[in-house]
Amino acid sequence: MSLVLADVGVRYGGVAALQDVSLIVERGHVLGLIGPNGAGKTTLVNATTGLAPLASGTIALDGIRIDGLPPHRIARSGIARTYQNIRLFAALDVHANLAAGAYARPGRLTADEIATLLERAGISGADPGTRAGSLPYGDQRRLEIARALAAQPVVLMLDEPAAGMNPAETTRLVETIRAIAASGIAVLLIEHDMTLVRAACDSVVVLNFGEVIARGTPAEVARDPVVVEAYLGSGAEALA
Amino acid sequence: MSYLLDFYAKHSRLIDQIGINAILALSLSVSLQAGQLALAQAAFMGIAAYVSAILAVQAHWPLLATMLVAMLASTAVAALLALPVRRLRGVFLAIATIGFGEIVRVFANNLSITGGAEGLSSIPNDATTPVIYASLALVALALVGLSRTKFALAVALVREDEHAARGVGIDVGTVRILSLALGGAIAGLAGALYAHASFFITPTDFGFQRMEQILVWCVVGGVTSPLGAVLGATGLSILPEAIRFLADYREVFNGIILLAVILFAPGGLASFWRRGAVRVNV
Amino acid sequence: MIAQQLLNGLFLGAVYALFAVGYTLVFGVLDILNLAHAAIFTAAAFAAFSLAADGLPLPLAFAGATVLGGIMGILLDRVAFAPLRARNAGTLVPLISSIGVAIIIGAALRGIYGVDERHFTTGGLDTAPAIHLGPVTFTTVELAIFLAAVVLMLVLSWTLRATTLGRRIRAVAEDRVAAALLGVDLERTIAATFFIASGLGGAAGVLTALEYNSVTLDMGGPIELKGLAVIILGGMGSVTGAVIGGFILGAVETLAIAFGLSAWRDAILFGVMFLLLVARPTGLFGKRALREA
Repeated sequence: MSLVLADVGVRYGGVAALQDVSLIVERGHVLGLIGPNGAGKTTLVNATTGLAPLASGTIALDGIRIDGLPPHRIARSGIARTYQNIRLFAALDVHANLAAGAYARPGRLTADEIATLLERAGISGADPGTRAGSLPYGDQRRLEIARALAAQPVVLMLDEPAAGMNPAETTRLVETIRAIAASGIAVLLIEHDMTLVRAACDSVVVLNFGEVIARGTPAEVARDPVVVEAYLGSGAEALA
Repeated sequence: MSYLLDFYAKHSRLIDQIGINAILALSLSVSLQAGQLALAQAAFMGIAAYVSAILAVQAHWPLLATMLVAMLASTAVAALLALPVRRLRGVFLAIATIGFGEIVRVFANNLSITGGAEGLSSIPNDATTPVIYASLALVALALVGLSRTKFALAVALVREDEHAARGVGIDVGTVRILSLALGGAIAGLAGALYAHASFFITPTDFGFQRMEQILVWCVVGGVTSPLGAVLGATGLSILPEAIRFLADYREVFNGIILLAVILFAPGGLASFWRRGAVRVNV
Repeated sequence: MIAQQLLNGLFLGAVYALFAVGYTLVFGVLDILNLAHAAIFTAAAFAAFSLAADGLPLPLAFAGATVLGGIMGILLDRVAFAPLRARNAGTLVPLISSIGVAIIIGAALRGIYGVDERHFTTGGLDTAPAIHLGPVTFTTVELAIFLAAVVLMLVLSWTLRATTLGRRIRAVAEDRVAAALLGVDLERTIAATFFIASGLGGAAGVLTALEYNSVTLDMGGPIELKGLAVIILGGMGSVTGAVIGGFILGAVETLAIAFGLSAWRDAILFGVMFLLLVARPTGLFGKRALREA
């Protein structure tokens, strides 16, 4: 069971931002979503979380349709995400951000749970009393991941979590993401950083102009001439 | 002891006013904590004041009964208002609610049951100082209790980032309606007390000038701080009396002091005791 | 009959529009609601009264008071808004400091002029000849006021569209950071915006005072809130919207009076605003329009 998008279409005004997009994110797997800027990757995440209405198609989680539900209900059904531009509750502290993530769950977070969340997100050294907006940039991204994990989600969607990170931090992020998948969560990873995609993803879907143009393992997709052309124009060599 | 009694006798009106103003400030603070610049508190206050006064004067109801019905009325109106304004944010919400306040004022000005522009008089003066401060204490207690619940966390999250709040499963629409209704209830309490503490009430008592005043108290206190709101209301209620000796220069000093305070401490009084992250109950 | 009412609405609306434009300019550029706007409106009216009483012909008194309004606007920004800009204080706190300034201006006016109503004794306002044009009648004074308002708004529109200053103002309104990066002098542009906005607000004050031949301390009260209704109707930050919104509200108010609902006219006016806001939260033209002026 998993997150299933079937023939999803989204329109903004007269423009098709997404068209006939189908993909499946399985528990325990990391699916990479790549494509040039404007291809519709964030739109897909927005559509899945209920922020953009579907013009066509369906989205189902473990067999139950979630498209058409209000965003907060979709969140409560087990879908958590991080944001391209970081949307932490910056003025609140680390603890509060984690409590926010766990809002929909009964009870409150224990100290142990907090420690576990921080560790799984790779910021076990963070002081829960620190103002979230004061954390170093990389830690803020990881705090967003921790907040998402606090919801005990079925599906975790990461929107460019490595943006702004250096290679060392990115390598660490790979381990974090693989461990999250290993814990049974279905992970959708939007990324531009091909090193991260190769290392972290089990399979990849490539979008261009709102349509799926290729699927496969990271290696297969990187060699696919259609994909290369989409990124670099025709006649280019294989993708990094 | 006799000094205290003398002091009270001389300043009882001011002391009563401070109590009512503190309750008003708390009613707006509730909305501001949810990030809603809903400026209809004065209107809610007015609705409750009139309901309470009419029931007391025409139907001779006892104070407590009129207060309860008045609060019910203001809460209901607040909840109803929350529906059409649910998509409005920021300054749009502010202006819509100011407009609502004006509509209420015009109704009060033109209906015979509210006494028109002359208002209502001969309202029984039974909102004594103990009653007012007991009410304030009750409101404060209720808010403190509420602050320990998950609802309080939801309110803070909606204020900080509505979008992300939805993403963690919070029903933002419901939170906004509830906070507006709560503000309406508290403002209604203040309105009923105001009616029973004044000999008469007129529509201008509950217009934009009053609303501006309440907003000033809250922002001077610290926009998201209920304690700040109470301190702001207290300080700024005492101020005109304290500078009474300035006679004709009172008003200009009022403005200068307001300006000076807000320029010196834009975060309000609360910035003096707040450090680091904004505290929320977790 | 309806034509006369519409004409009245047009005249009333012109002044509303002029006043509202000042609100919307400041909001468009700074995202702040300037609650001292009505105080400057009143102060300029008193200034015109004083200038006229000192012997200046009315048109010059009008011009002088308008310029004075503009200068007050610049001072308002320096005292109440600029310090908060430097400290990144958001948009709610400046609102409060503008209230502080409004209180100070009001107190100063009361100190200087007392509480009595003032009238213009020169210029023959009360004996202005009436002009009959088919079904409608109006006085030369009313016409002059209307034309003055329209001319000022046209000048504003031209300034925003065709001058360098206008481009700078629109750039800052669009994106303050980008404008600064492109070399626009933020503080000077903001000062210029305030000069224009408060100048127009002051002009509206003088025109209102001339229209009713009355200058009172509380003349700013009604228009302060109606101005808000206008900019909501027209769309925050849109000058065109403020102008059109002003005329629409002038028409609504006049028609309400014509249909015998004068006592309810404010409720009708705000009711219309409320309904529009709920149906179309960004108003007729929304914030984007400051670009197109």
